[in-house]
Amino acid sequence: MQNFGYLFAAYSIIFAVIFFYVMFIWRRQAGLEAEVRAIEARLKELGQSSPAAPANSSRAGQ
Amino acid sequence: MAASSSRGSAVNPSGAKKARGVPALAPWLGVATLALMVASLFMVFEYVPTEAEQGIVQRIFYFHVPCAWVAFAAFGLVAISGAFYLWLGDQIWDDLGYASAEIGMVFCTLVLITGSLWAKPIWGAWWTWDSRLTTTFILWLLYGGYLMLRAMADDTPEVARFGAVVGIVAALDVPVIIVSVRLWRTIHPAVLVTRQGGHGLEDPRMVATLLVATVAFTVMFAWLLMLRFAQLRLRTRMKELRRQLALAEASAGDL
Repeated sequence: MQNFGYLFAAYSIIFAVIFFYVMFIWRRQAGLEAEVRAIEARLKELGQSSPAAPANSSRAGQ
Repeated sequence: MAASSSRGSAVNPSGAKKARGVPALAPWLGVATLALMVASLFMVFEYVPTEAEQGIVQRIFYFHVPCAWVAFAAFGLVAISGAFYLWLGDQIWDDLGYASAEIGMVFCTLVLITGSLWAKPIWGAWWTWDSRLTTTFILWLLYGGYLMLRAMADDTPEVARFGAVVGIVAALDVPVIIVSVRLWRTIHPAVLVTRQGGHGLEDPRMVATLLVATVAFTVMFAWLLMLRFAQLRLRTRMKELRRQLALAEASAGDL
């Protein structure tokens, strides 16, 4: 069992780094989804409040 | 079986999947990664025999080599994506290259750390400026520069084009790393392809363990790439939505 510390450290670091990277992806995903939903809701709100000028009509006019 | 699958699709409609932006295959790849990792760990710590000269610390090899394989594959994909981006100019290739570079960087960092932890008890030093170690460190620096460029510069097509060129040039270091143990004097072991030809793994159980671990890391790479790539696509969609919102708010303000 000589040098077991090095072996343990190597495998622990591999799994810790991968775990934190997956956490980083999931947290960022949650933030992005919330932001996309908020923007979509706001766009829908604007589309309903001004039916004469929907979101895409201004782009079509340019 | 058919009843349970139809119920599953009713509970999780495709519209909800689209809204989240994560492909339906991603959870299955996550489960496959977990199962293969458990199998790899069992083989590394229970199945494979201890190497006679180096002892127990040689078992770092079974995860060190797959980490290097994933890093090289990821950086190769950055170069391919970069070439397609320069050719077609489609944002999807830039997103794929960026996602792949980030994952490659994670695994290249793990290669350097686990290599160092293996070197200390065997060579008596954490680091030496050996040809393979040095060229791997150069690769890490090159893609570190690529990621810093992408993180700090504006998200413009010019920056994406520059990033594509950097990604392609940096990937040229990968074949240099692979042949470095043959080209220069080095203390790094040439295990997979020895200097005399053939491989240096004497026991078939060592080969089997390395293969299973390599498959596990390859599936994990596919899983992480799928998640990160989908996320970058969602970010691109969010930017488009922000632009639409700005236009809609401006037109609403005019009324």
